[in-house]
Amino acid sequence: MSKPISESTPPAQRPVRRWPDVSFRLVALLAALSVVALIVLVGWELYSGSRLAVAKFGPGFLVHSRWDPVSDEYGALPFIAGTLVSSLIALVIAVPLGVATALFLTEMAPVRLRQPVITVIELLAAVPSVIFGLWGIFVMIPFLRDHVFPVMQSVLGFLPFFRGPIYGVSMLAGGLIVAIMILPIITSVSREILRSVPNLQREAAYALGATHWEVIRIAVLSYARRGLFGAAVLGLGRALGETMAVTMVIGNRPDISLSLFAPGYTLASVIANEFAEATSDLYLNSLFELGLVLVVLTIAVNALAQLMLRTLAGPGTGKVN
Amino acid sequence: MKRLLLAGLLGLAAAAALPAQILINGAGATFPQPIYTKWFDEYAKVDPSVRFNYQGIGSGGGQKQILSETVDFGASDGPMSDENLGKAPRTLWHIPTVAGAVVVSYNLPGSPKLRFDGPTLAAIFIGKIRKWSDPAIAAQNPGVSLPDQDILVVHRSDGSGTSYIFTDYLSSVSPDWAAQVGKNTSVNWPVGLGGKGNAGVAGQIKQSPGSIGYVELAYARQNKLPYADMKNAAGHYVAASLDSVTAALASAKIPDDFRFSMVNPPGADAYPIAGTTWLLVYEQQKDAAKGKKLVEFLKWAYTEGEKMAASLDYSPLPANVQERVLARVAAIKY
Repeated sequence: MSKPISESTPPAQRPVRRWPDVSFRLVALLAALSVVALIVLVGWELYSGSRLAVAKFGPGFLVHSRWDPVSDEYGALPFIAGTLVSSLIALVIAVPLGVATALFLTEMAPVRLRQPVITVIELLAAVPSVIFGLWGIFVMIPFLRDHVFPVMQSVLGFLPFFRGPIYGVSMLAGGLIVAIMILPIITSVSREILRSVPNLQREAAYALGATHWEVIRIAVLSYARRGLFGAAVLGLGRALGETMAVTMVIGNRPDISLSLFAPGYTLASVIANEFAEATSDLYLNSLFELGLVLVVLTIAVNALAQLMLRTLAGPGTGKVN
Repeated sequence: MKRLLLAGLLGLAAAAALPAQILINGAGATFPQPIYTKWFDEYAKVDPSVRFNYQGIGSGGGQKQILSETVDFGASDGPMSDENLGKAPRTLWHIPTVAGAVVVSYNLPGSPKLRFDGPTLAAIFIGKIRKWSDPAIAAQNPGVSLPDQDILVVHRSDGSGTSYIFTDYLSSVSPDWAAQVGKNTSVNWPVGLGGKGNAGVAGQIKQSPGSIGYVELAYARQNKLPYADMKNAAGHYVAASLDSVTAALASAKIPDDFRFSMVNPPGADAYPIAGTTWLLVYEQQKDAAKGKKLVEFLKWAYTEGEKMAASLDYSPLPANVQERVLARVAAIKY
């Protein structure tokens, strides 16, 4: 970077070149601002695109469950519920699985095994959504319908969540496919978190006579819990917006049902399904409003997670971000 | 590197030396996209000076884009509503291109050939008939052993022209359906599961014993799905085929603006669940050069192009409709 200063110039009068600093700051600032501008623009577009629906239905849009393009009546409740439930199912499955995988990789796996397993998990993240969906339709759904769901029903049928007819395509199948899709991100973030746990912690626990499990529980997991929670939140963010694969296995039925075997619908799915052929203005506006609801929902869930993260903070907790 | 650059420059120069190619943009319906693409490919050999760019973004997008004049022609699987047509800055014409049928497919042991009439089909899709052994189904299918099994209805989850034609048909044969559900590219289905696209519906049917759903005829033929014969308005059970759809078009009542529904027409050989797809063009073209090329293309499409329809499982327009459409094309001003 720096050129040799010519000898005729006395060091005291060395010209200070400010422009590289200034221009770099400017570029960095612009980059940061453009992200903010993008979000604001998206928000504005969604709002202005949905004004007709907002004016017509008001807050009722959020609590009505009829979605009828023929009579131009729209309510978002089944889609909101479907989005939340399918994401929750995904988290319940993917978080324990992802954290356990990460624990295995950092604490237990022989070094030779680590890289291959990590590579396989990262490959999972590279598979396109629609491929998961096709696999879901042709492999996962028949298997679930014929072998898994009937067993679940006979064992857990006393709970209302596992009653009713079994079609295969269902809220549970949707949650499962999302779980598979968010597994890589939860696993790799968890792995980074666990790797950042200082070895001193582990050694101290061992010195106190702890078993391997106790070391993991006391020294590693409790140290890393804040970070692991962050990994789950990242996974949740992806789960809420997942579209294609879910659409293909969730059944696309705008009903709210207690049974997880019943078909459901998500916000992202209905937009993807109906946007292309929506011709009436109110219809299009309502689809836009669903988009707005999805954005707000995602922000709200993330904010809530941040709040919970704060309550988790305490002495000795690991730090993310 | 230098040589590459030189080659590129030479290429550019060569391109510039050719007479300017006219680019005509269109957007809209996905159902007719295969045949339109074929037409544009073939037409490039007839008239190399014009190139078409068609984007299958859906009928909603096609209507929007032609209304805002960001494309030279639009395409739609359903006729435009009066409300949308009212937004057009000038007279916007619908011209039908090809027709397609929607067939009812099912999954029953042994894949028997079934027959339905409209009211029975509507009762199944509205949820009134819930079992395969229902007397209404049995009465139309003597000799077929129907299992005492629940019917699982499968419909399209994505908005589509296929759903429009199917719900249009159900509305025309069942007052209950017309009042409760109605017709549109997507509706509030009383029962059943939604599958994405023809493939999603067909996949769901193939995998679920006792299911029933609807797919495009072309898709059912290419994938060898069983499909039912339908009772038409003349009282005959008719199998869906390219000919029975063309017969339906020939007997359909077609108004002057071509915004018509051809479901349940009176013809004796007509298959009742069928519909056309339309191009949307302005009577007065904005750009004279483009308009001229577009009209030339359309004239070619309705004479030569229609002959290619059958090879892609679309039904061509019958002679009486073809004549009327050609007269409309000739009236486009530029």
